[in-house]
Amino acid sequence: MLDLPEIYTENIHRWLPELLYYSLTTLKIAFFSFLLAVVFGVLIALCRISHKRVIRTLAVCSIEVARGLPIVVVLYIVYFVPPQLFPGLDWSWFDDFTGAVLGLGIHGGAILAEVFRSGIEALHKGQREAALSLGMTPAKAMTHIILPQATRIVLPPVGNYAIGLLKDTSLCTLIGVNEIMNGAKSIAFSDYQPMAVFVLVAAIYFVMSYPLSLLVRAMERRMRVAH
Amino acid sequence: MSKAGSGAAAGQPLLKIQDLHKRFGLLEVLQGVDLDVARGEKVSIIGPSGSGKTTLLRCINYLEKPSAGHIYIDGTLIGEKKVGDRYVHLTDRELARERQEIGFVFQRFNLFPHLTALGNVTVAPIRVLGLSREVAELRGREMLQKVGLGHKADEYPERLSGGQQQRVAIARVLAMQPKLMLFDEATSALDPELIGEVLRVMRQLADEGATMVIVTHEIQFAGDVSDRVIFMDQGRIVEQGPPRDVLGRPSEARTREFLKHIQDR
Repeated sequence: MLDLPEIYTENIHRWLPELLYYSLTTLKIAFFSFLLAVVFGVLIALCRISHKRVIRTLAVCSIEVARGLPIVVVLYIVYFVPPQLFPGLDWSWFDDFTGAVLGLGIHGGAILAEVFRSGIEALHKGQREAALSLGMTPAKAMTHIILPQATRIVLPPVGNYAIGLLKDTSLCTLIGVNEIMNGAKSIAFSDYQPMAVFVLVAAIYFVMSYPLSLLVRAMERRMRVAH
Repeated sequence: MSKAGSGAAAGQPLLKIQDLHKRFGLLEVLQGVDLDVARGEKVSIIGPSGSGKTTLLRCINYLEKPSAGHIYIDGTLIGEKKVGDRYVHLTDRELARERQEIGFVFQRFNLFPHLTALGNVTVAPIRVLGLSREVAELRGREMLQKVGLGHKADEYPERLSGGQQQRVAIARVLAMQPKLMLFDEATSALDPELIGEVLRVMRQLADEGATMVIVTHEIQFAGDVSDRVIFMDQGRIVEQGPPRDVLGRPSEARTREFLKHIQDR
């Protein structure tokens, strides 16, 4: 009854170009929200280990809040709430894509902050002391001694986060972004071929994420040589 | 009693410590230490563990903030400045500037594992002194040669033995051309057969006229290399003087007891 090979030969020339086009959006969301998450993550992590209690507390709160919320809730809040809070402003630039990048970036920042912090704290305090004793300021010690080493330590978890993020972009469907999952849904139900379409989508996700996981592994290996 | 101030450079001591106190919670680790070290002088500090000798050393370059008392190097206050008649802590930047003059060799080497031996030796001259890479590497190779590791410039620390790592750490300090070098049990983390190579380098520095304060358990080395030996116990200097006196015929019972204990080991 379900002859998948036949269904694919008949339809793939229509489905594939469309799904590949949507998967570009998926990749774009993943890429930009990853960059944003790294920037937020470093900033929040540095606040988290600050000597000032107020800054530290703020960082902890933001981390705990973000960790305690489902990504979908963060996406909804980031996308729908600002225009409601400030209705006087011009929100025409604030499309679903921007909302998706911002939402995933903020959420990811809080997740990565903890990863970065544990990376920084995994270093023996002697590293910082040695840098300071050579006349580095705490900021220079952080930039030239601590962060380069912490980067190596956090690379595997950050890579895993990136892979997870690529897949979590599918949640952006829910705020209406036309990424691959959204595209797949409309094709699947307009052509009455959910199985064939979703299997194809699964394959595309895998093709996108598998090279990433190979890349992470390769970077880990290269970093280990220079350790 | 001491040879402080009798060295080549008369006048003020290079290092002057005044009534230094350090408390960790209720525990007073340093209970008022006064110490002058002349330019070119080599001072060894011995004493049982917990006597405060490492804390004293760490206070000198402000890795530990003293609870009270003052430290001067070349007449300059370390870690604080006088505003009116109040003492104020220095900013990070000011403190960093002062630390450039004070080399510190750690018990556990603390080499930077992500940098080669040469990278370890050049990172501070480049990032702190602002030397060009070429000049810093020239100086760095020279310092590595000096500690007998010119051929290991491109090795990462994990490929080096403990003794070699400590010698790189010494070269890293030398590259900053400090006025004063502090050694915190520099050989305590080494296997016995590797201690000699580090002590040889330290002896060479001493012969070249470096000013050194050495916290050590190597009593014989302390005796050979120092102008003055200080015995500390319970946060105080108990006894000090030329090695032949302090180590040979100590006047304090506690010193005799400690030396006997060390020899029995």
